[in-house]
Amino acid sequence: MSEHPLIELIDIHKAFGPVQALSGASLSIMPGEVVGLVGDNAAGKSTFMKVLTGVHQPDSGEIKVNGERVTFRDPGESRRTGIEMIYQNLALAPNLDVVANVFLGRELLRNPLSLPFLSVLDEKLMEHKTIELLQRLKINVKSVRLLVEKMSGGQQQAVAIARSVAFEAKLVIMDEPTAALAVKEVGKVLDIINNLRADGVSVIIISHRLQDIFNVADRIIVLQTGKTIATRKTKETTMDEIVKFIVGGVQPELSTIASGR
Amino acid sequence: MSQKTDTAPDASRTGIASQFRFDLNGLGMVFIIIALCIVFSWLNPNFYSGTNLRNVARQTAILGIVACGQTIVILSGGFDLSAGMVIGLISVTSSLIMIDHGLVIGCLSAIGIGLAIGAFNGIMIAKAGLPAFIATLAMYSAARGLALIISGGLPITDMPFEFGWIGAGQILTLPVPALISLMVFLLCSFLMVKTRFGRHVYAIGGNQDSALFSGINVDRVKILVWSLHGGLVGLAALVLTSRAVSAHATLGEGMELESIAATVIGGTALGRGRGSILNTFLGVVVMAILTNGLNLINVSSYYQMVAIGIIIATAVYVDQFKRVKS
Repeated sequence: MSEHPLIELIDIHKAFGPVQALSGASLSIMPGEVVGLVGDNAAGKSTFMKVLTGVHQPDSGEIKVNGERVTFRDPGESRRTGIEMIYQNLALAPNLDVVANVFLGRELLRNPLSLPFLSVLDEKLMEHKTIELLQRLKINVKSVRLLVEKMSGGQQQAVAIARSVAFEAKLVIMDEPTAALAVKEVGKVLDIINNLRADGVSVIIISHRLQDIFNVADRIIVLQTGKTIATRKTKETTMDEIVKFIVGGVQPELSTIASGR
Repeated sequence: MSQKTDTAPDASRTGIASQFRFDLNGLGMVFIIIALCIVFSWLNPNFYSGTNLRNVARQTAILGIVACGQTIVILSGGFDLSAGMVIGLISVTSSLIMIDHGLVIGCLSAIGIGLAIGAFNGIMIAKAGLPAFIATLAMYSAARGLALIISGGLPITDMPFEFGWIGAGQILTLPVPALISLMVFLLCSFLMVKTRFGRHVYAIGGNQDSALFSGINVDRVKILVWSLHGGLVGLAALVLTSRAVSAHATLGEGMELESIAATVIGGTALGRGRGSILNTFLGVVVMAILTNGLNLINVSSYYQMVAIGIIIATAVYVDQFKRVKS
């Protein structure tokens, strides 16, 4: 592992009018690390991640990428740094096939006649690259020309993940990736997350399903009322301990607030 | 349902065939068209005469042009109720311009006014956030009023003689309106299947939020869609005015509903981003054959309206039934 964390968020504060959504949220993640972000409803998980994706700008605090301080003024800037977020239910167009979805908004073109304004979609190349991508992530689909709406929830989630890492993503943030899935499909999504890690991609996974987090995450970070109150290596903690942090039965530890690690 | 998901590696078995391919739905339509042809030919042998078929093509061309634009609008998640009245407005304004400034400028003005009205519809929908139903209903009323104000409710007939060629002329025995319509179909089909613009229209129709999230400029694409449709409505107005040899405020009356009907009968679904220009081509052909065939066997146009209504409902029902089953 490299010396610098891939991403660091240090002591982030953010208020919406009188509501203090974040008051000292911190997090760091190494390349190829999977971090679970947990907390009660309204603990600030979504706002925290929207600061990282450039949707919200923090009132104070630092964001560092590879040790260098950055600011994200909009989602485009964050995405260009290699940060991708998969939102619940927002990722895919159901009436398009897998290839079209993977390349949506970033279609590859060719210009067979070499005339201006006559570029057409390069279907063959996009199809080829999609197959390659799915093989790399060990995602099985019947055909990359299958409409997304004809696929199961788990497969749709797999396509959404593939799409997010298709373009050199270094960090993928997943918001409840297993919430809407049948039990037997959850395992497949977790497998894909493991494959991403093996590929050197970092993953932040937000989930209410603690068993999924314990299954796949290297580290767990607990947010409570907008503050990072605990960070634990998955191997060194128990579900009981994490639940206590979430519901507020354990006092925050000063050391974790300071470092976020 | 998904017991087979693990068996196949992700090889693509279907090649570059995509959801836009000539699918079973289209094939079913072709069978219906053949069946209709056989039945009507049996009932009245005049049906398959060259003269009659050329007539059908000439009559249907205008519906075809409007239906192309309507289909693209519907694929993007909207629909246009104003097309018929806008045809009337463009018919009278561009005819007056043609009388004053000549044939070429008159023709260009028809397309130009169409583009402008379409863009205005698009801005009402994309930027001001009006539902397509409301925006185009407003345009329906406004266009109708303007057309009647400008024309005084009277037909306009002093256009140059050569203008008649667009509606009545032929090239190699093929009617000019049908050739124009065919070119519009080919161009629109190319746009929707082969280009990034078409892909983005489908994406917006399927899931606007995901299109937005994918970095597609949704507002811009929508305004382009409506402008393109407007330009085609202008073209249709031009052909229709030429064919009627006079401009009139109510020339395109009913065209909005007919174009939606042809789109829906072809299998393009309202509001879900499913369907294609090819589907609409088949829908237009079915409507044309049906209308002509019923005319030839002396079924009154009142009964024809009832028949079209039943067919629209049946087409959508069958489409939904197929979707639930699969």
